[in-house]
Formats: sequence, structure tokens, C-alpha cells
Amino acid sequence: MTSDDLDTVRARERAAFAAAPCRLAVCTAAGCLSSGAGAVRDALERTAADGADSPGLRIIGTGCLGLCHAGPLLRVFRAGAPDVTYAHATPDLAAAVVRQLPDGRLPDERQLPAMHPFFAHQHPVVLENAGRIDCERIEDYVAAGGYAALQQAMTEMKPDDVIREVVASGLRGRGGAGYPTGLKWSTVAKARGAGKFVVCNADEGDPGAFMDRSVLEGDPHRVIEGMAIAGFAVGAEQGYIYVRGEYPLAVSRLRVAIRQAERMDLLGQRILDTPFSFRIDVRIGAGAFVCGEETALIASIEGKRGAPRPRPPYPASFGLWGRPTLINNVETYANIPPIIRSGGAAYARLGTERSKGTKVFALAGAIVNTGLIEVPMGTSLRQIIFDIGGGIPDGRSFKAAQTGGPSGGCIPASHLDLPVDYEALAGIGSIMGSGGLIVMDDRSCMVDVARFFMEFCRDESCGKCIPCRAGTVQMHTLLMRMTTGVAAERDLTLLEQLADMVTRTSLCGLGQTAANPVVSTLRHFRDEYMAHILEHRCPAGVCRMPRAPERAS
Amino acid sequence: MTAPDAHREPTTTLAPTAGPTTAGRPADNRFKILDATIKRHRRQPDALLEVLHTAQELFGYLDRETLTYVGRALRVPPSRVYGVATFYNFFSLKPKGAHSCVVCLGTACYVKGADRILAAVQQAYHVPPHGTTPDGQLSLATARCIGACGLAPAAVFDGDIAGRMTPAAAVARIAPWMPHDQ
Repeated sequence: MTSDDLDTVRARERAAFAAAPCRLAVCTAAGCLSSGAGAVRDALERTAADGADSPGLRIIGTGCLGLCHAGPLLRVFRAGAPDVTYAHATPDLAAAVVRQLPDGRLPDERQLPAMHPFFAHQHPVVLENAGRIDCERIEDYVAAGGYAALQQAMTEMKPDDVIREVVASGLRGRGGAGYPTGLKWSTVAKARGAGKFVVCNADEGDPGAFMDRSVLEGDPHRVIEGMAIAGFAVGAEQGYIYVRGEYPLAVSRLRVAIRQAERMDLLGQRILDTPFSFRIDVRIGAGAFVCGEETALIASIEGKRGAPRPRPPYPASFGLWGRPTLINNVETYANIPPIIRSGGAAYARLGTERSKGTKVFALAGAIVNTGLIEVPMGTSLRQIIFDIGGGIPDGRSFKAAQTGGPSGGCIPASHLDLPVDYEALAGIGSIMGSGGLIVMDDRSCMVDVARFFMEFCRDESCGKCIPCRAGTVQMHTLLMRMTTGVAAERDLTLLEQLADMVTRTSLCGLGQTAANPVVSTLRHFRDEYMAHILEHRCPAGVCRMPRAPERAS
Repeated sequence: MTAPDAHREPTTTLAPTAGPTTAGRPADNRFKILDATIKRHRRQPDALLEVLHTAQELFGYLDRETLTYVGRALRVPPSRVYGVATFYNFFSLKPKGAHSCVVCLGTACYVKGADRILAAVQQAYHVPPHGTTPDGQLSLATARCIGACGLAPAAVFDGDIAGRMTPAAAVARIAPWMPHDQ
């Protein structure tokens, strides 16, 4: 298939889109499926097949609509009418919607308000296709402007031009560390040696983060397109996507998407009849958090234990099988097509001075609207948690937001108005991380939170370097002493010393950041630690302290 | 259906007693599928993880014979096969129960009290985390995060994700699998 043929497909699909004035989109992300979206979809299809009086009706299974706690979600698109979204959709409701469509009067029950604040304050770029396309049809993606960026890169641009646009966009790595993407791309492009690789890190290991899962499940072609453009830009012909074993649905959708793209000559030999060839293979993780670290991930793709190695050399010069390798996160690649389509400068208009574009966050924990959101960089935590997230349920009060998973930190209420970008979060001792945002109310004990994350790091430490292997065990023991009420003040001193040592001397990111939750909770909630140590008392009432002395006040 | 004991010679020692996932299927077929996977990867040593994934899917767990078989086929020393199989949490060297319950202990689930769900299941069915009941009916496991944070606390019952779990609901969900309620 040539670029012109792809244009023809796009035109045909768009005409078919226009001819179907009504679309019913069921969210078929893992969350909604587990709440019964499959039955809703079946009911839609059955009812539509029964009554032959619904011409121009299309039923699609779409990517994550975001409001996971209200699933299954069902969205109705009609030409010339505002969209309607149903929460907690049931098969009966679905059937009623299909039956009443011809009259144009939809059932009122379970409808979300037209301008629901959860949706109104968002700015989708990475998630722009959620709701609009069927996640298992490449034609839908093409009709929505998909693969146009790849076409453009292949037919109108040189690899250098592509890299220049990515640099101009100011895009930074969405995996958490925020390294400038354009710089990474140009380093790999300049690296000498044949047989370069492009790797997508989809080993989304931070507990509480499900952005990458949603993108892979809902819009897999976007990631494929971003990787193919990267391959063209850096001169690689082989790509790997390393997906967590915990995400079977994402793996199967990705495999379907790769096959579809190969059939349309968007992957494989001579893409769009140009000299450029690029193929993508899926590799499945096996439940090791450390494999999110890039050198460990490389070892795992090579079929070895996922143990990291010292850097330099960086993967950009010495990566997979010793070849120059570009490694980016799912969300980073998902940002590439819009950057190429509308230009890096246009993308850079979104966001803050040093953090451009948007960020996808997974809201979870003690928050009314749990789910997936996308906002411009620089949006305040208050807007995210209270305007979009709907605030704290059960009349409780906000205590802290945790970002960056086990490598991140807690943000207390006093920093709620902070604009969320890489520098601002680092400035208060947390990190952007990959986008998991867990809200905690006054029932969460921050010492226990630190213990929870330390337990995680202790279990996931690969054991290669001593500071991390032994340090996480010791820090966890100290935190256990505090949460069980047997700690003394010197335990806190020891904990702080150990935290500093492990941070400075560990081999890889896991150990270097393992103490972050401790350091950040100590910084903002030191009084809670003191209450545990001096008074053997847990202010939040979480920790059980059987040995607490009676006279503690 | 052919007699299950009609093994090919070299696989005789490799076929464990039919696991629950493949009950009723001749054991031979599983090795055919495993061989096909090994062939598809052109016997490349770097396909070790992929092949172990397939082997575990087929047999339910990885016993010593299976590990040896895979190592030989991919020309990887036994020490490395064992090292990889024990490094990753997904691979199990022990047989699993007929049914599985995985309790998510991710941050969102932790905040919403996943530890109480785990404790309730442990207590009701006398099964340790990452253990199996003596009758082989139920395996209990925990997960780092299954990515269903919007529905926290979540658990996975025989592969189906269930959100907004409570301790009582989790125990009730397992009850039909067990021979006698406790």
C-alpha cells in the first residue's frame, strides 16, 4: 500500500463515518469490562440486530473513557446533537437506548450531566481518540487522522527534520524522569553502528498507575505509529514493546494492531512503498518491577534475569545486544504523532516554561472520581483533585497526594496550589513519575505509607547491589518498629542515615529512589513519626500498637 | 480422545500429572505446542522468557523436567534457566490450585483496605499468601498492581477482574469452588 492508497482508505472511512449519523461507544478498557461492559455491548448489538429500523447506527468498543468508577460507560454520539454519556450502564439500559434512538429521545436515567466537571476540565492529546474510535479497528484510527504523521515523515521529511520537530516540541520522557526526548533521539541517531533498536517501555510497574495500560488497550496504533516514526528518525529497523505480564488485554490488542498495521504496509518491509522497513515484536514481562529500569529491561528482552547494569555506557550507545537503542515510555511515543502532524512549536504552546504538553494521570485512592485524566502541564493539584476528581468522598479531608509510586513522594495540603510540572514536583521532594496520583485522606498513616512502599522496594530489589538489597531490608525493619510501637528516637536517626546512604550508593533507579517515600513523608509529616516513636501512638489510627504504654498522652 | 498414557518416549518423564488447565487433553499435545513456540523463536537463547511463559501456560507451573527440557532446546545452561525462572514472580515452580484468587496490593488498593481482603480469604480457607490449599482447590496470590486502580480494591478470580471488593464478597466469590464451606 502506498501513501496515496492510505489517503484513499482514510477518505472512504471518513465517508462511512459521515454516513453513520449515530455511534454508540462502549468503553472496553479492562476496568469497564470487569464491571460488565461486555454484556452492555452484546445488548446493544442484539437490540440493533432485532430492530432493522436503525440505519446508520454503529456500535464500537472504545478505549478508556476515563471515569472508571462509574463503569461501564456508554457514550452516544449523534450528528447535530450533544454527546450523551451514561454511567453504570446495564444491558437493559443499552437496549432502551437503541430502541429510543430513532425517536431521538434517549432515556434520562444514569445520564451524566452534559458538562460533567470530570470531562470539562481536561485537555486530551494522548487520549484524543478515547470514545471516538474502535480500539480494534485500524480503519477507525486512520479515519481519525492516524498514520498521517508517519506518512508525512516518510514522504515530506528527512530523519533530521523529524528530530528537529521533537526537539522543538520540548517533549520530555513521560516515564517519570523527564529527560528531553528530542535530545535522546538525536543521540541515538548520531550513534554509529548498524542494527539500532527502538524499544517501548510498557512495563508500567508503579502501583497505582494505569495510564500506559489504558493507552495500549484503547489506542494501540498511536504507540505503533510513534515507534515507527522514531525508527525512521534514528535509523532503526526493529522495535520491541516490553509489556507487563499483568496486562493480558493490552498484549492481545497490541498484537491485533501490529498484524493490522503489517497488512496495510505500515509496518514490515518497505513501509508505504518507501525504502524504510520497520517491524515490531512484543515481549511480555514476568512480574519484576526492576524491569522498568532501562538496562534491566534490556536484559529481560535478551532473555536474562532483569538485573540492571551501571551506566554509562547508556543504552543510546550500548543497548540491546550492544547496539544503540532508543528507549521511551508508552506515553512518550503516544505524543509523537500529534507533534509531527501539527508541528513541535504548536505542541510547545501547551504546558509550562520547562514542561511542555499534557500529562495523563491515573487518579485513585480517596477521591470521588477515580479514573484516567489528561491535563496540560502546569495544572494545579487542587484543580486535578477537587475540580476534576470531585474531591474527597465520605466528608473526609485531604491529607496528601502521592505521585511517582515507590520512587516518589507525598504532597501535603499546603502545596495543593502548586502547578504540576517536573521542576515544581521535584522542588517539594516528590517527582512527576509516570502519572499515578493516589489521594489519601485523614485515615491514612504516613508512616505506614512509607512502610508500604519500603516493603515494595524490599521485595522488588533485584539483589545485585548491596545498598539496595540490604538497605531496603533494614529500612523496612526500622519502619516496622515504628508502626508497631517499639521504636526509639535513635531508630529515626538510623533511618535517615540509611536513606541517605542507599540513595547515594545504589546501582540503579530502584535503589536510588527507594528512600524517597521515607524522606518526603519525614519532610512533611515528621510529627506523625514523632507520635509513633515518642508516644507510641498512631494519629491516624492505622497502626496497631499492642505495646503502647498506658500513660502515653 | 487418545489414551493419556500414550506418551512419546522422550516426553514421558516431562509430562507432569495433568494440571487443571489442560485437564482432559492428551499430554503429548502440550509438548507439541511448546516445541512449536521454540521453533517459532528459531531456538534462540534470548527467547527463554517467551518459552517459559508458554510452558507455564501449558502445564500450569514449571517443574524441574520442563526447565531442563527448555534449557536443552534453547541451548541455555540449567543454571541460567533456573535463575530466570526464579527471578520473575510470574513463574511458579510448584503446582497451582484448580482455582486462583489474586488480591491486588497496589497503592490504590492498599489505601482502600486490600490487606483486610487478603486476611479474610486467608482465614476463611486456611491458605497462606502465595500458597495453595492442601486439597489443591485454591491458590492465593497477591499482585503488585493489576492496573484496575479506578475500581480499588480489586482482586482477580480465575482471570476475571472484580472491582470494589469487600472481604465478605471475596470470601463469597470463592465459596462455590470449595468442596465444603468453612
